[in-house]
Amino acid sequence: MSVLKRLWPALLGILSILGLWQVLVVVTGVPGYVLPSPLSVMQAFASHQQLLWHHAGITVIEIVAGLLIGCISGLGTALALARFHGLRRTLLPILLISQAVPLFALAPILMLWLGYGMTAKIVMATLIIYFPVASTCYDGLRQTPQGWLDLAQTLGADRRRRLLRIQLPAALPALASGMRMAASAAPIGAVIGEWVGSSQGLGYLMLDANARMQVDLMFAALLILVTFGVALYFTTDAVMRRLMPWHEDRIGATS
Amino acid sequence: MTSLGFSLSHARLAFSGQWLFDGLSATFAAGSWTGLLGRSGSGKSSLLRMIADLPIPDTHALTLTTSDQRPLAGRLAWMAQQDQLLPWRKVIDNVLLGPALRGRPTAAQRQRAMTLLDEVGLSDKAEQWPKTLSGGQRQRVALARTLFEDAPVVLMDEPFSAVDAITRLELHELAARLLAGRTVLLVTHDPLEALRLSDRILILSDQPASLSDFEVPGGQRPRALDAPDVQRMQSQLVARLHSAPHTNNEGST
Repeated sequence: MSVLKRLWPALLGILSILGLWQVLVVVTGVPGYVLPSPLSVMQAFASHQQLLWHHAGITVIEIVAGLLIGCISGLGTALALARFHGLRRTLLPILLISQAVPLFALAPILMLWLGYGMTAKIVMATLIIYFPVASTCYDGLRQTPQGWLDLAQTLGADRRRRLLRIQLPAALPALASGMRMAASAAPIGAVIGEWVGSSQGLGYLMLDANARMQVDLMFAALLILVTFGVALYFTTDAVMRRLMPWHEDRIGATS
Repeated sequence: MTSLGFSLSHARLAFSGQWLFDGLSATFAAGSWTGLLGRSGSGKSSLLRMIADLPIPDTHALTLTTSDQRPLAGRLAWMAQQDQLLPWRKVIDNVLLGPALRGRPTAAQRQRAMTLLDEVGLSDKAEQWPKTLSGGQRQRVALARTLFEDAPVVLMDEPFSAVDAITRLELHELAARLLAGRTVLLVTHDPLEALRLSDRILILSDQPASLSDFEVPGGQRPRALDAPDVQRMQSQLVARLHSAPHTNNEGST
């Protein structure tokens, strides 16, 4: 009830854009292979359901696997950098250089090494989020307020416990924005991978539909990607909020 | 806990190439409360951090000796201007922060933390998030956390400055009662606070700065607000702080 109340302005906005789109197509008489109307996209969606869900399943697995691996390894790298000072001088420059490599250019090489299966796409999705997650987490871990560090020192904390019980929780808000960003970037990695070379997945389906001038099917595939991207963003957000029950915007709601 | 006195000597601190103070020494008798005053930039907070061995960016040195000749490290508690409660730990877990940072708190330690929360009047808030507490309540939790450590030496850096005046007076009473018998060094900007709580008042002034004594009122701590001595000395102390050459670091002295 209240959810509907909060969502209706957004729904109204989306519906009016769709309405405008439909009117535009009808009025201008633009051919369906250039811009299909929302209604014909829905028709394509309904008639190709099985095909779409099959490819969507593949892409979703790639995205979720990439997201998990990227976030875990990014967080692990950040923790290691914060814990072991000696690592910084070795690892930070490598991280920076690796970030300068354009991932688009890397995709064909990954296909060459890992083949046309899912692995290459998972690696793409992982790579595209690994560095941003590692760097936001590391920044968060370094920006612990001095007062808390002073307290930890006078309380006799060792480095490991200080990192896990003070620096890590203090970095959670920064970490959360890193994760949210990763959630919206991971689909890009997977779809790029599918474009460069594959026989399955929504990216492949879109490329194939494009070649066959099935633009309505392309839009239907895009619709799934967008819906999943939004769902992934909100899921990540919900998980991060659950991890931070003390956070300001939660307190007011629960007490 | 047996009380522990300590003294410092050869304390020196540089600020942008100049000695803010050099060759300072002072003795803090076991179980006594010392109020340390001085204008902003006099280096009093830095001196406190030096005693606690906390990082400060400027060149500094200090020799510490304790009344039992053993190191002070590990036997001091620190209270800062902000309560420094961790927002992700419930009130009771903030009191238990020390044991949690050194290992895993035991059931007995939890029990003791509850007792301490009861002493500061917050046992009903034990399972709440710090965010739900008022400034005065938060500072009381910080006091309970300090008490948990049972350290013979307590260093306080303007610990009551972030709360309103009435709450501050209440916290004075509570702190004086609960921290009785400990050697307390209290850095403060508030002359009244120093006069109510100190056995001895030290003023850090001049450049390079030196420590000078200021007479304290008679009577038991915490002294009543309306005691004639306290009122009279407050204006004297303000005048003394005011006349002290400003030790600002911008130049003109």
